Amino acid sequence: MSAVTLNNIAKRFGTFTAVHKSSLEIAEGAFVTLLGPSGCGKTTNLRMIAGLLDPTEGEILIGGKRVNDVPIHKRNLGLVFQNYALFPHKTVAENVAFGLKYRDVPAGEIPKRVQDALDLVQLPNVGERYPKELSGGQQQRIALARAIVIEPDVLLLDEPLSALDANLREDMRVELKRIQERIGVTTVFVTHDQSEALAMSDQIVVMSEGRVEQVGEPEEVYNTPASEFVANFLGASNIIAADCIERSSDSVALEAPIFGKLAIPVWKAPNLKSEGKAKLVVRAEKLLLAAPDAPAGDAVSVPAKVETVDYQGQAVRYFVRAGDTQLQAINMIDEHPYAAGSDVSLQLRPQDCAALPG
Amino acid sequence: MSVEAREARQPWILLSPALTAVTFLLFVPLLFIVVYSFWLRTATGADQIGFFLDNWQEALTDRFYRDILLNTLKIAAITTLVCALMGYPAAYFIARSKGNKAILLLLLMLPFWISYIIRTMSWINILGVSGALNTFLLWVGVISEPIQMLYNEQSVILGLVHFLLPFMVLNVFVSLDGIDTNLEDAANSLGATRWQAFKQVTLPLSLPGLAAGGLLCFVLGAGTYITPLVLGGATDAMFANLVFEAIITQLNWPLGSALSLMLLAVLGALVLIYNRYLGMAQLMKGLG
Repeated sequence: MSAVTLNNIAKRFGTFTAVHKSSLEIAEGAFVTLLGPSGCGKTTNLRMIAGLLDPTEGEILIGGKRVNDVPIHKRNLGLVFQNYALFPHKTVAENVAFGLKYRDVPAGEIPKRVQDALDLVQLPNVGERYPKELSGGQQQRIALARAIVIEPDVLLLDEPLSALDANLREDMRVELKRIQERIGVTTVFVTHDQSEALAMSDQIVVMSEGRVEQVGEPEEVYNTPASEFVANFLGASNIIAADCIERSSDSVALEAPIFGKLAIPVWKAPNLKSEGKAKLVVRAEKLLLAAPDAPAGDAVSVPAKVETVDYQGQAVRYFVRAGDTQLQAINMIDEHPYAAGSDVSLQLRPQDCAALPG
Repeated sequence: MSVEAREARQPWILLSPALTAVTFLLFVPLLFIVVYSFWLRTATGADQIGFFLDNWQEALTDRFYRDILLNTLKIAAITTLVCALMGYPAAYFIARSKGNKAILLLLLMLPFWISYIIRTMSWINILGVSGALNTFLLWVGVISEPIQMLYNEQSVILGLVHFLLPFMVLNVFVSLDGIDTNLEDAANSLGATRWQAFKQVTLPLSLPGLAAGGLLCFVLGAGTYITPLVLGGATDAMFANLVFEAIITQLNWPLGSALSLMLLAVLGALVLIYNRYLGMAQLMKGLG
């Protein structure tokens, strides 16, 4: 049985449709990420599960029970907000104890439960302090402790890491995943950050303009994007119009400008059902720059010219021109990056490409 | 001159127009009042200059003044309570309304465009013997002769509430508007009903606004003399009416000065207590 089921739900505000009719099953104990740019409907979905918004259509089931008419305070959910939303007039311990007061927890047991939760988020000694005396990262840990101490059926996280500094964000990402695995709570995580989604999720739901673009495991969504939007949103991709000239049981042959004929494994083109117009998806990380005369091995090699170099330390992002097409490549750096204006060869292994219907 | 010295002077330069006005229009006249209060009005009607404690003795020992002072504080307290009870829900409604907040606030300010005296006098047309309410009740047949609804303590309180409610609503609104709505959502998600979330989270966080509105209503209410003059009866005089009476009617400036300083002292003490209490509240936050 799935922990959360969205059954044909839709949400409209007046004439504006925030979420188009869609369904989703979230397995017990899973970490599911709703990923998309702002305004894609991911937060609307989360707020409908939480009970902060009523769906215009469809049903929401939590633990197999329909909860459309169950008010938020009876849904037993843990909710964590981007801005922490800690009660500023209560101490950390009082914040964490807040939800326990409304449950059948014996008063004598509350301090222990609070302490266990604070231990779990690795802030055992801040119970007497007020939220504003803590750093942003610490406040978010307390918000997490407050949400999980009630042993919620589902943990809902609304961009919980977005307000944190970049370094802290990566630490918290690991920490959050550790805690989630430890307590095994079904988690719905909303973010616009693809690296958070890829790193943490069991399953990613990519959304755009109120529609679900793709649902799948991180690798699946990354390797075989179901649409141009997904290909571009999860990392940088080059999308090149091509023709599908042949389909066999294990590969699909595409005829693309610049690269010529490429045989792509069929699992990387699951939606390309017929010959004819197609789109070749070339991840920027898979397009390698090499010296003009370098051996290519099993890769296709085409000449190109470097136009712009965007140096990022351990990696570099190039914009290169091959013929009259500009392509993006993100390569790890061995020694020095290629300078703008250099002649290079672009190497691409066909098995690294994916294909979409045209 | 160094940059630091110029920067240090800048606040004083910017403050100087306001400070000049406050000094000459408030502190200097107040000083006059203090000096006056020690003069003595003689039987001839002339003021005898000197240092006499007679006015102070009269003001502080005469039970008549004490009773009116207590009555004034009582009326101000009732008015403040009514304003709080009526104003809080209104402020909450405005703070939580989406989109038309600006219009609602404008409507709240609208009464200020009409003179306070006119607004007070308008009640005569509503509650008077030949006013709208009596005329209506007579016409419907609920009553056979007009009811006297004016010129009592209730009509004074009504007039004061009418005058002071917007101050309460604005103060409470400002504090409610600054509270993150996610806090209530968080409380709800943890199992609190809407009412429990309000009691546990929103109300405590809005108390500073309620206290500020309360102080303003109380001080303005206790210092008023127009409302009891227009809407009160012969026995409904408030303390400021005594000052008015002493200075304007009896031309007894020394006694009027002593009385007005007395009211100032009482209300000033109240402001100090409020400050002290709010200072404490910051420390006691966690215990609530």
